[in-house]
Amino acid sequence: MQVIVTVIGTDKVGIIAQVTTALADLNVNILDVSQTIMRGAFTMMLLAKIPDDANFKSVKQHLTALGDKIGVEIKVSRQEIFDAMHRL
Amino acid sequence: METQQIKETIEMISEENLDIRTITMGISLLDCVTGSLQTTADHIYAKIMRKAAKLVPVAEAISDEYGIPIVNKRISVTPVSLLAGADSTLDFRPVAKAMDRAAKDLGVDLIGGYSALVQNGSTDAEVALMKSLPEVLATTERVCASVNIGSTRSGLNMDAVKLMGIVVKQVAARKSQNAMKLVIFCNAVEDNPFMAGAFWGVSEGDVAINTGVSGPGVVQRALAAEPHASFERVCETIKQTAFKVSRMGQFVGKVAAERLKVPFNIVDLSLAPTPAKGDSVAQILETMGLSHVGTPGTTAALALLNDAVKKGGIMAAERVGGLSGAFIPVSEDANMITAAANGQISLEKLEAMTAVCSVGLDMVAVPGDTPDATISGMIADEAAIGMINNKTTAVRVIPVPGKHVGDQVEFGGLFGTAPIMAVNEGDASQFINRGGRIPAPIHSFKN
Repeated sequence: MQVIVTVIGTDKVGIIAQVTTALADLNVNILDVSQTIMRGAFTMMLLAKIPDDANFKSVKQHLTALGDKIGVEIKVSRQEIFDAMHRL
Repeated sequence: METQQIKETIEMISEENLDIRTITMGISLLDCVTGSLQTTADHIYAKIMRKAAKLVPVAEAISDEYGIPIVNKRISVTPVSLLAGADSTLDFRPVAKAMDRAAKDLGVDLIGGYSALVQNGSTDAEVALMKSLPEVLATTERVCASVNIGSTRSGLNMDAVKLMGIVVKQVAARKSQNAMKLVIFCNAVEDNPFMAGAFWGVSEGDVAINTGVSGPGVVQRALAAEPHASFERVCETIKQTAFKVSRMGQFVGKVAAERLKVPFNIVDLSLAPTPAKGDSVAQILETMGLSHVGTPGTTAALALLNDAVKKGGIMAAERVGGLSGAFIPVSEDANMITAAANGQISLEKLEAMTAVCSVGLDMVAVPGDTPDATISGMIADEAAIGMINNKTTAVRVIPVPGKHVGDQVEFGGLFGTAPIMAVNEGDASQFINRGGRIPAPIHSFKN
């Protein structure tokens, strides 16, 4: 299952490191990454693949909890919804 | 990875209140009919529980996985007045109770279909159902009711209009909020997923999923970015926004139907407000350049909005149905509430607006001493607009006992706040008491 992970919050040292480490620990493969500072906020988007045998809910919970811990908002949504909305 | 598009989608959801307003499962109850309404009610409970067992868990899972809020999970059923079978008691209360119990046990928000379709005439069962509404709406929580009293092909059943004026007053007399669960239609549609007017028409299949989308905030924000754009540009912006919102409804409905293993029926392309800040249809009209909703220009702005929403949405969905248009409920729309409280919008202006938008006089609170015949007159006027213009119109008025113009009534939550609006004090009783039917208009004869 492909998912879009968005990470938004105040910029600080080590956000990418911690998020990507967590993804690696969860065996989630990163397919594409974009990171920028938007209106002063750290904004990262990742396209990632959750292994077929993994549980979406627990991956999401894990990442949300990490976001709370490091003070950024991490959202995980299945990727198809973005295609559905914007692609003909 | 299209980061701009991802960002846009996330902002629409988190900042502009984009949501799937409802996933509504339509369930036919025709195969539940027996010789006794009590036994029929047992069959109804069993069928609803069986068919909709997974509705709420599936909707919640979709919401979680795709990050889109699904605000309401609902069920619509076959109009209950058709389910009497050979039972001559015509006591529909057990059916209402069974529907209410199923809705609670399944965790669905509302269940619609305690309905009668009487545009051509009323059977004894339909009259019994209409007369049972005050008690049924007072003794159930989640059951919604509707009565269709007219259509372009049939004309208006004025006997039913008269009766429903009385019934609305009786319903509200028990508790004003009960009247929020009752809609009186002209040209009711069979696949509407929105409450309180949803029922599952007899021409529909056994079970199917319908979705209703909403996103007034998304449209408003898009228009606010271009305050001096031409009308052509305004229409384009609304169309593009409506397209994206409707694609969301199509996608979610399709996924829900697949997981529930039932057919996907329609997307209702609607702009449905809530009292939350930034979730207002009236604010869209004001953003187009009106100082407040109700000022001259409002009807034109609403016509433009309603048409552009449909044009944008129609290509986004495989099948479009339901009411599909902008809703203008007074108590459920923050900017509408303000305009009504300030006397900037009148019932007469609202009536004019209903000629060009989705439904009708919706969630309008009026003085509790408004005569029955005046309520019937309001129903007849709205129905006439629907009949002549080939569109759905509806009346959901709330005569609030003990309240007068200038008072305010708090319905709570999504139902909002309603200022009591002034009603013309003339007398329609001789007109309403004539009895009989207003024949179908000339342009209904198309064969």
